[in-house]
Amino acid sequence: MNWARARANQALFGVCSKKFLRADEKHAAAPYVTLTKLEAGPMTIGVSFQIDFLRFLSASGELDPATPREAIDPELLLGLYRAMTRTRAYDGKAIALQRTGKLGTFASALGQEAIGVGIGAAMRSEDVLAPSYRDHGAQLLRGMTMVENLVYWGGDERGSDYAVPRSDFPICVPVGTQVAHAAGAAYAFKLRNEKRVAVTILGDGGASTGDFYSALNMAAVWRVPLVVVINNNQWAISTPREMESATATLAQKAVAAGVEGRQVDGNDVIAMRHVAHAAIAKARDGGGPTLIEALSYRLGDHTTADDASRYRDVEVVRREAEKEPIARLRKYLAARGLWSEEQERRLAKDCAEEVERAVAAYLATPPQAFSAMFDHLFAQLPESMRDQYEEARRFAPEDGGHG
Amino acid sequence: MAELTLVEAVNRALAHALEHDPTVLLLGEDIGVNGGVFRATLGLQQRFGSARVLDTPLAEAAIAGVAVGMAAMGLKPVMEIQFSGFIYPALDQLINHASRLRNRTRGRLSCPMVLRAPNGGGIHAPEHHSESPEAMLAHTPGLRVVIPSSPARAYGLLLAAIRDPDPVVFLEPTRLYRLFKQEVIDDGESLPLDTCFVSREGRDVTLIAWGGMLHEALAAAETLASEGVDCEVIDIATLKPLDAETILRSVEKTGRCVIVQEAARTAGFGAEIAAVIVERGLYFLQAPVRRVTGYDVVMPLARLEGQYLPSVARIADAVRKTMEAA
Ligand SMILES: Cc1ncc(C[n+]2csc(CCOP(=O)(O)OP(=O)(O)O)c2C)c(N)n1
Ligand SMILES: [Mg+2]
Repeated sequence: MNWARARANQALFGVCSKKFLRADEKHAAAPYVTLTKLEAGPMTIGVSFQIDFLRFLSASGELDPATPREAIDPELLLGLYRAMTRTRAYDGKAIALQRTGKLGTFASALGQEAIGVGIGAAMRSEDVLAPSYRDHGAQLLRGMTMVENLVYWGGDERGSDYAVPRSDFPICVPVGTQVAHAAGAAYAFKLRNEKRVAVTILGDGGASTGDFYSALNMAAVWRVPLVVVINNNQWAISTPREMESATATLAQKAVAAGVEGRQVDGNDVIAMRHVAHAAIAKARDGGGPTLIEALSYRLGDHTTADDASRYRDVEVVRREAEKEPIARLRKYLAARGLWSEEQERRLAKDCAEEVERAVAAYLATPPQAFSAMFDHLFAQLPESMRDQYEEARRFAPEDGGHG
Repeated sequence: MAELTLVEAVNRALAHALEHDPTVLLLGEDIGVNGGVFRATLGLQQRFGSARVLDTPLAEAAIAGVAVGMAAMGLKPVMEIQFSGFIYPALDQLINHASRLRNRTRGRLSCPMVLRAPNGGGIHAPEHHSESPEAMLAHTPGLRVVIPSSPARAYGLLLAAIRDPDPVVFLEPTRLYRLFKQEVIDDGESLPLDTCFVSREGRDVTLIAWGGMLHEALAAAETLASEGVDCEVIDIATLKPLDAETILRSVEKTGRCVIVQEAARTAGFGAEIAAVIVERGLYFLQAPVRRVTGYDVVMPLARLEGQYLPSVARIADAVRKTMEAA
């Protein structure tokens, strides 16, 4: 592949021997695993691996000259730029709504827009997404509406009944569990010979779960069309990346499952989309699963219920903010003459208006009746639950009510 | 003496245990620098060090599993599960190992660990954050299950749980974490783990509840008092082992009983209490035992949560019906 490859400091070269070796006890603190030297006996190299790190667009908006042409098609880039801006406009408004008591807890994707947008742009409508709670960037591109997302975070299950991506999974809160759903979906596609791909997104913390690893392992054994993307935003609530895993990269967890693993700059939407697209195409062609670790940074609090200033240095966050994905693409587009201040103003206005319309529609959404909690429990409510249903009706507030 | 919220009382009990028992250690997600998402472990890592107050990677199954290993080797791990819905990945370790290590080894190894987790709804939390899984835990042989209803009971019962030689699940009602303050004496005194508490004395009907629901039951008792119905209110506190004597003594006095439970109805812990009353106190009863429970539905998101949770109105209604019965 003629991709620009940077052996960034995250890249890793590891060796493991067929012999049973115990790693140095201190390995957890070190970025590289050191192998204990054995006194005697021949040693042969069994397996070695390498993790690439891909970036096309630097934090200051300079494009690597080796970037493939199809990755920088003007229409494509303008679409990515608009989608990221739209995601951020929505995100900011959702936080503001929560702050004024009009929305429940919300998980911001600030600074990580390129990951969701890069994935969403690389998928086909017939593919399936199994998202976490921070993936509205991808979901909005898939056709989930802002209103649906607001309704969900506003505490109403109807927000998971997407009108457009009918087969996409709902937002997954139990961390890591969605990876198995995506693997199962991918198996269904393979069994039915459908040219569809299942894509799932999880966090760096999620990569510590057994669900993540065992699902990846199973998907590899079955060679199903699955793409797993880790949004490594460096934090799992207050737990920093290095306390989640002693591995030098999260991408290398793919090695232990027998799938391809790679790192990409998750704040470079050009590389992000390119890598996601390649992995999805490979999966569609029967090449099996890929694990992508997208390196980014969570610029906001974990959720609106969190206060990140308790556990991390604002100065570090400020420095990381300089690498955020939208400004760097704007710089590049402007330098190429593809983007003007006038276009920027218009886009900002369009996004703000779209968000306002969504908020108005959300706030005007009539409450669900009490019966909603029974209506979708089973295909058919068992007769034995009739008395509970009647009790709920008897105590339901006149107006349908908010809980 | 200090006025403390329930979550502060939990914090004091943990601090007391860490200070006086070098084998005690805490582990869980975000419990160190952040002090836990509810701040139950606030300041404890600073005070006792990161070797005894451990931030773990995100993996509940492994947290519970390493706690089993630590406990078997003479430590007393107190693990925090961040929200009730994330206890489920830990169930394998709890049910297959923690609860039965003593029995499997005929007493050679044991498992003196505590699993702490917030429990229940009522705070408009996101999906999977408002579960009440106590019945499935109480159903597990070898586990003790405790749910405090006040700061003082949280303090005393948590210390008892930590000192207990076997695994204890300690479920803290999220809704009560900061609802009210109470005087708590931080003297290391524990409360008995096998006792129900009579929270309000009365003659006419026994209202039974635990955790967050105790306060709905007490509020209903107030309402009913103005109608001339005198409720006795029992705080179950320790679901297992269940103090049947206190319950039966009360039902013998009142002849009527209403059980309030936040969790879904079917096979909930209220059913166990009703069964105990029927088995051992049937002839005390002047009316059928009634349950006021969550419905047999998935815990709704915030908007419908209020219609799911047993309310004062629903409890009072059930008590009135019980009083009407011949
Ligand atoms: C199984 C499980 N345990 C705990 C939680 C509580 N929780 C929600 S998000 C989170 C951290 C997740 O971090 P990461 O996977 O890095 O994703 P991020 O939030 O950074 O996108 C935790 C512990 C949960 N939702 N699910
Ligand atoms: Mg993260």
